[in-house]
Amino acid sequence: MKTFVGIDLGSTTTKAILLDENRDVIGRGITNSRSNYATAARVASEEARVDGRFTLFRRALTEAEGISVRLDDFLGALERAFRLEQFLEQLDDLQQTCIGLVQGDRFAGRESGVKEALAEVFTRLRAEAPELYAPGAKRKSDFFRDIAGSRYHTQAEEVARDASLPYELLLNVYDKSIIDVENRPPAGGLSEKFRRALARVLEADPQLQSARGDVLPVIERTLAVDLEETYLVGTGYGRVTLPFSKEHIRSEILCHGLGAHMMYPSTRTVLDIGGQDTKGIQVDAQGIVVNFQMNDRCAAGCGRYLGYIADEMNMGLHELGPLAMKSDRPARINSTCTVFAGAELRDRLSLGEKREDILAGLHRAIILRAISIISRSGGVTDEFTFTGGVAKNEAAVRELRKLIKENYGEVTININPESIYTGALGAAEFARRAHSGQIQGVEP
Amino acid sequence: MAASLNGHSNGSGHGNGSASSAGAGTADIVARAQALFDDLSFTAARAWKDAGPDRKVVGYMPIYVPREVIHAAGFLPLGILGGGDQLEVIHGDAYYQSYICRIPRSTIELGVSGRLDFVDGMLFPSICDVIRNLSGMWKTMFPNVYVRYFDVPQNYRDDIGGNYYVNELSELMHDLGTLRGRPITDEELRASIAVYNENRRLVRALYDFRAERPWQVPAAEAYLILRAGLVLPVEEHTALIREYLAAAGAEERPKRDNCRVVVTGLFCEQPPLNLIKSLELAGCYVVDDDLLLVTRWLTEDVPLEGNPLQNLALAFLHHSESTAAKYEPNLKEKGQHLVRAVKRSGAEGVIFASPSFCDPALLDRPMLQHVLKDAGIPYIAFKYAENSGQMQPIREQAGTFADSIKLWSGT
Amino acid sequence: MTTIVTPKAAPAKEVVKDDSMVKQKEMMAAHYDRLTSASETGAKVVSTFVPGNLNELIMCFDLLNNLPEVNAIQSGLRRQSGAYVLEAEKIGHSEDVCTYVKSDVGMMAKGNIGPNGKKLPNPDALLLSYTGCFTFMKWFELLREQYKCETIMLHTPYMGDGKITPNMVEYMVKQIKEEVIPKLERISGVKFDIDRLREYLKKSAKAEDDLVHVLKTAKNKPSPIDAYFGGIYYIGPIFGAFRGTEDAIDYYRFLRAECEARLAEGKGPVTPDGDMGKERYRLVVEGPPNYTNFRQFWKMFYDEGAVVVASSYTKVGGVYDLGFRHDPDKPLETLAEYCLGVYTNRSLPMRIEMLANYIDEYQADGLLINSIKSCNSFSAGQLLIMREVEKRTGKPAAFVESDLVDPRYFSAANIKNRLESYFQMIEQRRAGGRAAA
Repeated sequence: MKTFVGIDLGSTTTKAILLDENRDVIGRGITNSRSNYATAARVASEEARVDGRFTLFRRALTEAEGISVRLDDFLGALERAFRLEQFLEQLDDLQQTCIGLVQGDRFAGRESGVKEALAEVFTRLRAEAPELYAPGAKRKSDFFRDIAGSRYHTQAEEVARDASLPYELLLNVYDKSIIDVENRPPAGGLSEKFRRALARVLEADPQLQSARGDVLPVIERTLAVDLEETYLVGTGYGRVTLPFSKEHIRSEILCHGLGAHMMYPSTRTVLDIGGQDTKGIQVDAQGIVVNFQMNDRCAAGCGRYLGYIADEMNMGLHELGPLAMKSDRPARINSTCTVFAGAELRDRLSLGEKREDILAGLHRAIILRAISIISRSGGVTDEFTFTGGVAKNEAAVRELRKLIKENYGEVTININPESIYTGALGAAEFARRAHSGQIQGVEP
Repeated sequence: MAASLNGHSNGSGHGNGSASSAGAGTADIVARAQALFDDLSFTAARAWKDAGPDRKVVGYMPIYVPREVIHAAGFLPLGILGGGDQLEVIHGDAYYQSYICRIPRSTIELGVSGRLDFVDGMLFPSICDVIRNLSGMWKTMFPNVYVRYFDVPQNYRDDIGGNYYVNELSELMHDLGTLRGRPITDEELRASIAVYNENRRLVRALYDFRAERPWQVPAAEAYLILRAGLVLPVEEHTALIREYLAAAGAEERPKRDNCRVVVTGLFCEQPPLNLIKSLELAGCYVVDDDLLLVTRWLTEDVPLEGNPLQNLALAFLHHSESTAAKYEPNLKEKGQHLVRAVKRSGAEGVIFASPSFCDPALLDRPMLQHVLKDAGIPYIAFKYAENSGQMQPIREQAGTFADSIKLWSGT
Repeated sequence: MTTIVTPKAAPAKEVVKDDSMVKQKEMMAAHYDRLTSASETGAKVVSTFVPGNLNELIMCFDLLNNLPEVNAIQSGLRRQSGAYVLEAEKIGHSEDVCTYVKSDVGMMAKGNIGPNGKKLPNPDALLLSYTGCFTFMKWFELLREQYKCETIMLHTPYMGDGKITPNMVEYMVKQIKEEVIPKLERISGVKFDIDRLREYLKKSAKAEDDLVHVLKTAKNKPSPIDAYFGGIYYIGPIFGAFRGTEDAIDYYRFLRAECEARLAEGKGPVTPDGDMGKERYRLVVEGPPNYTNFRQFWKMFYDEGAVVVASSYTKVGGVYDLGFRHDPDKPLETLAEYCLGVYTNRSLPMRIEMLANYIDEYQADGLLINSIKSCNSFSAGQLLIMREVEKRTGKPAAFVESDLVDPRYFSAANIKNRLESYFQMIEQRRAGGRAAA
């Protein structure tokens, strides 16, 4: 089948969207951007294709007759098993890479000791891996580096101690290996991993055994469907080195505008507050950007500002909003200057102002900046879509609703929980339109 | 810099005389001024306008406009000085980049939020490129308002800059006459000059009194009293200062062991009131400053006899304050106004408080600092914005400065 | 099919220059040699500014014209301005203020070495033509403090009401007659000869005719010139020390022929990478350029097929395309009117009208504003200009920010991001327009 891929290379994460010919999203993928954009793009699109397979499984299983499994449970189990397979495959790669690095002066005379220790570490990691993907298990992150890293450190420290080896030696090979491993696209074929995962699921649940005969052919049929990458469009923040050829690149602002249109077709104004910048975008009925403005050189009032505040208050970023919501008397914060934020905060705290009032004021200050950027881009026209990390912050949303109402009246405000994919979604739609020749001006 | 060059200290009326016994105390007077200061809707000016069918209000920005001409038309001159630290700027920021000072954005906020919808005319003085361009923005945004960029000469010869200025003044006089529907006469202008001469005398007296006994006139009070003059009819303001001087002279306030400073750089965007208070709390008595220069721009009485426009022009050329927006033709004179202000007010140091991104103040600052250095006058410098929230760094700097001056004078 | 590629860095190419650029380079080199050898030749030097540059008058006194703004530009192009700006900030100048000034002050502090590697002379006089920019006044007060030389103020009133009044002209003529000329006579020891001035003015007008012709070739499609990045070269001689000279007449005649030839061949502008490819976007640009990353900035345009067909920056030293010419029949009045009419001395409504007209006359796709941190004269109000021009023309505008000569304010990724979005937006709106039609 034809698929259209959109990839959004952000400064911290890379997102991919897989769209089918009916403009339905069939897969989403996300990975950390790392230093190698080409790999990040490949990994994200691979992830989207994996996700796409699950969508196809679901479609096929729903349509197939006489399937008695509970679909959600089954697909959930299949996904966890698949992730485990992926994780184990990367662990193998990591182990081989680590072993390969055990050489040179540093390891002189201790090579075999270190190799044995590594073998032990990885045995333990493999042994505990299924727990990480057990039903209900919580992972702080789904990125290999994050999961493998923290477990490796714990196990390596123990193994090193038991073997009376310097812990740094084990740390050293890991640090040198992880970037390579991360930047290497997974080697094994996807279908094989799905098959192994399915085997794992069927094995684990005796009740499913009976459904085996119904499920297997559907899965195999679905795996046989070729997810053809019909057209790909990439976007990303002003990067000189986006890993796409020129005709496959669209500006992130255009992608963002189109993505918001895809999510909410009546959108006319889009506000995006990300970590590094704030954008006000106006789009027409087709999702085409007719005007846009971004924050000026000064990054005051972007998401990053909240990050500084969280650090300054020794709180988690996600805790700021809820605390600010407790305020009924927001302080008037005058400076959205990130440099001065800390000083102003300490000054106010020392004067006995309440933390929630200060925080509520800070959220208002950020939204005021955003309102001025929207105003520069041409104001707010119904409907209004709010995207970006700050859109997840309830205190910021509360201030935004208030200010929009005061200045622009009753306006529908859309906030999508998947708004992190807005840019990638727009890119995917551009890919679809480019393929169908809808959009001119892109020279082949 | 402030105060009289020639010692106009008559009419201050302070002391323990009878004047104070019947009048209000400083607290009441200051409370009235504070209420005017806090009122971002300009209720007093609106009330003034509503009191008569032909009344008109003409706004002006820093640094100087000849308010006599507006007054002569029977209009109320209204000083527009941005929004301070209590105005939330929602739309104003949409018009300015982050590297431009704050006063134009809050002024635009006042405009687009309807707070200035009763203002019939706006004058934008020649002070810097930002205010200059704001004049054109105002024309574009508020096409029904009379808007004029009020240029002043940078040439101080009577027959060159003087002639040019007389013509500029007469154009303004003509325009305001048109706005009124009846030309302004020389007689009207002379009468207005007399009223403003009187007002300036009182302002100078206030500054003299404060320089003499700064503990009796806290800097924030002096500021509020002066600032009231930008929204009140001049006659009322003159009375207000007179009342305040009487009351301040009658009340004994504790004298603190503060050092005495001249503060400079405040001539356009206003410092938050808290900043002015912080300086004093940190140990610095403000004995002179360049706040609200329009109230004492002309340093001597303008003669009443003869051609009034000519008189205003000559006063501008030869008896007006020095400030960054004015060209100083004589290298030797550059910055000397500041040295004189220090000597006259018995100050021990100078604080440069400049608005962020203020071209005139910040470009002038190194030259003024060199002059002070040569004169052996200590100084410190910091920046502010009209909405600066944190005073701690300023208190720290001013406090350290005060301490170092005391140590220095002790040796 | 895979479209994810690992980009390769392109090999550095040699900069392509057209013949007029080579010719201009020689003229500039000769001028800087005249300046740096002034102490040997005994020539006297007067420093002044580009807007309100009275070159014809200066030449009447055999004085050499030194332009600190141009020196700062040279420092920017040579990537020395960053260090100069830091030097000025070290000696007490605020980070908030104009970087032309700081580049100049820093250059003096570091030995005042000109682009030819030799020391620039101390000026014998500062001709403070206070035209269109408040900072000029402070700049020369700062230089006066340093050089302790005669400083001659020429105050140009601002065209706040959109017109030149007789009072303004009279004021300026009087200043020229009674302040500027007597002082220049005293400094140079040369007596003023009004006929000599008339001769120079006649030459100025001749070169101005050819310049205007060159600028107007951009009305063609494709445009044979880039009226911003290329335009900055074209205005060099006439905005600088060559207006009123035979050299300038030769240069502009040559330039005009060059442009005519390109036009006849249907060619686009010459860029540092050679002839520009297909013209895809026609823009009007408001605001000065960035000089520290001039080529990189330009490349972001020509790589996308964007050509600037008209710009306001190329009018800071005279708005000749709207009709002004130096007039030998009224020599002093013409100098006054010249100063009064330069772009930065025009009111905001005049600027809005001018830019909106450019978009119509030059059939541009929209307005791009490069907002310069240093220059409030240009920058304060540009967001309103943008809004109004969009409203009047119905064409989209975009806004990028940088600085004249402070490399800290040039963020390539940021600017590229906005430019690409802007170009693609134009493209899509066109496509949308066609689809709707």
